Amino acid sequence: MNLTYTVLIPLIPLFMFLVLGLNYKRIKEPISGWLGTAGLLVTAGISFYTAFQYFFNYGKIDGVYQKIYAYNTEWIHFSNTLHIDMGILLDPISAVMLIVVPLISLMVNLYSIGYMKKEPGFTRFFAYLSLFTFSMLGLVLATNLFQIYIFWELVGVSSYLLIGYYFEKPSAILAAKKAFIVTRFADFFFLVGILVISYVAKTFDFKILTDLDFINNLKMQAGMFMGLSVVTVALILIFIGGAGKSAMFPLHIWLPDAMEGPTPVSALIHAATMVVAGVFLVARLFPMFYFFDDGFALHIVAWVGAFTTLFAAIIAITQYDIKRVLAFSTMSQIGYMMLALGVSGYGGHEGLGFMAAMFHLFTHAMFKALLFLGAGAIIHAVHSNYMQKMGGLRKYMPITNITFLLAALAISGIPPLAGFFSKDEILAAAFEHNMPVFIIGYIVAGMTAFYMFRLYFRIFWWNNPDYEHKPHEAPATMTIALIILALMTVGSGFIPFADFVSPDNTPFHSHIDWTLAGASIGIGLFGILLAFIFYKKENDLATRFVYAFGRVHKWAFNKFYIDEIYFFITKTIIFKYISGSFAWFDRHVVDGTMNGIGNKTVWISSKIKGLQSGKIQDYAMFFISGVLFIIMIVWLFLN
Amino acid sequence: MIAGVSIYEILTVSTIIFFIGIYGFVTRKNLIAMLMSVELILNSAALNFVIINKYLFPEALGGAMFSIFIIAVAAAETALALAIIINLYRLIMSLKTDDLETMKF
Repeated sequence: MNLTYTVLIPLIPLFMFLVLGLNYKRIKEPISGWLGTAGLLVTAGISFYTAFQYFFNYGKIDGVYQKIYAYNTEWIHFSNTLHIDMGILLDPISAVMLIVVPLISLMVNLYSIGYMKKEPGFTRFFAYLSLFTFSMLGLVLATNLFQIYIFWELVGVSSYLLIGYYFEKPSAILAAKKAFIVTRFADFFFLVGILVISYVAKTFDFKILTDLDFINNLKMQAGMFMGLSVVTVALILIFIGGAGKSAMFPLHIWLPDAMEGPTPVSALIHAATMVVAGVFLVARLFPMFYFFDDGFALHIVAWVGAFTTLFAAIIAITQYDIKRVLAFSTMSQIGYMMLALGVSGYGGHEGLGFMAAMFHLFTHAMFKALLFLGAGAIIHAVHSNYMQKMGGLRKYMPITNITFLLAALAISGIPPLAGFFSKDEILAAAFEHNMPVFIIGYIVAGMTAFYMFRLYFRIFWWNNPDYEHKPHEAPATMTIALIILALMTVGSGFIPFADFVSPDNTPFHSHIDWTLAGASIGIGLFGILLAFIFYKKENDLATRFVYAFGRVHKWAFNKFYIDEIYFFITKTIIFKYISGSFAWFDRHVVDGTMNGIGNKTVWISSKIKGLQSGKIQDYAMFFISGVLFIIMIVWLFLN
Repeated sequence: MIAGVSIYEILTVSTIIFFIGIYGFVTRKNLIAMLMSVELILNSAALNFVIINKYLFPEALGGAMFSIFIIAVAAAETALALAIIINLYRLIMSLKTDDLETMKF
């Protein structure tokens, strides 16, 4: 069974990036879009084929899904066990990502042909999209920690380029820089974690690192640090890297600002694919997280996830910019996934949380991309991001209305849409293993329904403002993408995920616990009802509530002043006092010493340069007398 | 071997030529004359090589080879020096070393 063809999956987008990037002036507007889409179509075809073959044909041996190296080549050699490879790893979670990433990417590409019409730099945009898809596929297919790190950074770069796509806008540049620096800051910890693990385990390889015998051996050998195994410390560091990319509190500050990028980018990178990289990373190393120090690192994952999900949901309720609402909603949902991973056990039905996290990742990618693309269509029609300028759009944009409603229902967890199934599994896993986390998750489920339908009713119902241009439905390329994603949103919940994904790669059976499901549907419906009362028709109920909550609302509306705290720490404390004193030392002591040496040299040379008379005879005399002098000395010493 | 002439006499001659060269190089103010003095120094060295080879190591060829190298180097050096001198002359219309003081630092 030759699987070498799988290298084409990341390489085709790379090729498209090179073609479009190198010829971005020659290839004109619609053609470049279609070229990028065609490349992705091929990639998606190969990916789906590979994933299908993996799950139904060769992946399972004796009822256990194998980790298969479809391709692996040594890149840098350190020792016989420690070497950096480049390759393609097939296992259930990478196969799931092989469906998510190319599908969303393809939809977003198709959508962008309509959305980015007549934008300057159209070809550049598609080149970047291809670069991103390449990096993301390389990340999910990575065979070792170092390869994942390389592609992790590449993903960060493409995210930076795409957020800063409107580089004439100062706010876009700031947002791009912020996203890059914050995630890069987190990646520093990730790198340290990788180095620690490679030092202790002497390997980067995932197949070895997640092997249970190897983990048991490592438990004996690894040293201790502050009462924890060194490996646990490394895993926490790696999780910090994942938290940066996945916008977990307190490294989330870049995600809301990243909405400065074009909306399709937000849909692809900042909702469906890149931001779940952290979840993917934890899932990838899940056996290590679970077995070291009784899952201490995993507890941290669970609590960071739980806190972020609540925190982001509170902020999402107060925002007016529709893309920001969706951004905070994304944070909240990723927090959900982290939470699910955190409460997961290992083996059989215990692995429910792990499965639920991957399931939610899958369904969330579908409906969140759909929500973002819908928001893009709305922004395209209304020319504003703010919900105060919207209302009554259901008459003008029927397709967007229906697809947006489906996605909103899905994220609120209403059956039979996809979100219901995955969210129910998460809540079930939390209920079994960690009650406080379950309560947070349960409350957030209601809040999610509320802010989502606040958005929906406010945009599509409310009353009609006076539109300057009458809004119109989006062009066909955009609506086709919406419809396909809507179909996925409706259908993907019925996939029996437990048959495919589990922490120990052994399928198990999960069933819906209807009492729990009923409770979560109940709180979802309650949230929707509340939103219905507040926002169905124009009224001042919401405004009165804002006044009633006053300071609390202001606090949440300003995102709990986390950005300001960051600014205070970086600008006032670090820049002014720490960097300031370093700068003073550098300018006065280091530079002063060097300048002093230079000045002294100039001074000495000005004193002695009179010796250089310019007369050749003088030089000759010096030379000859010098030679004679040396001869005399040598002669004296020899005798 | 040259009949009736000992190595000391020839070495004396080469030493005299060498110091004439040194004296000329230090005292002459004309660039061409200085160049000629340098040639004298080189020639005395070449003469030493040949004579020592001839009298002390008659079966070896190293000294003769070296003097040929010295001749080649002297020719090249002369060509280079003359080129520089011609350019200098074009620049300052003089060959006096005193007029070259402006070239210091």
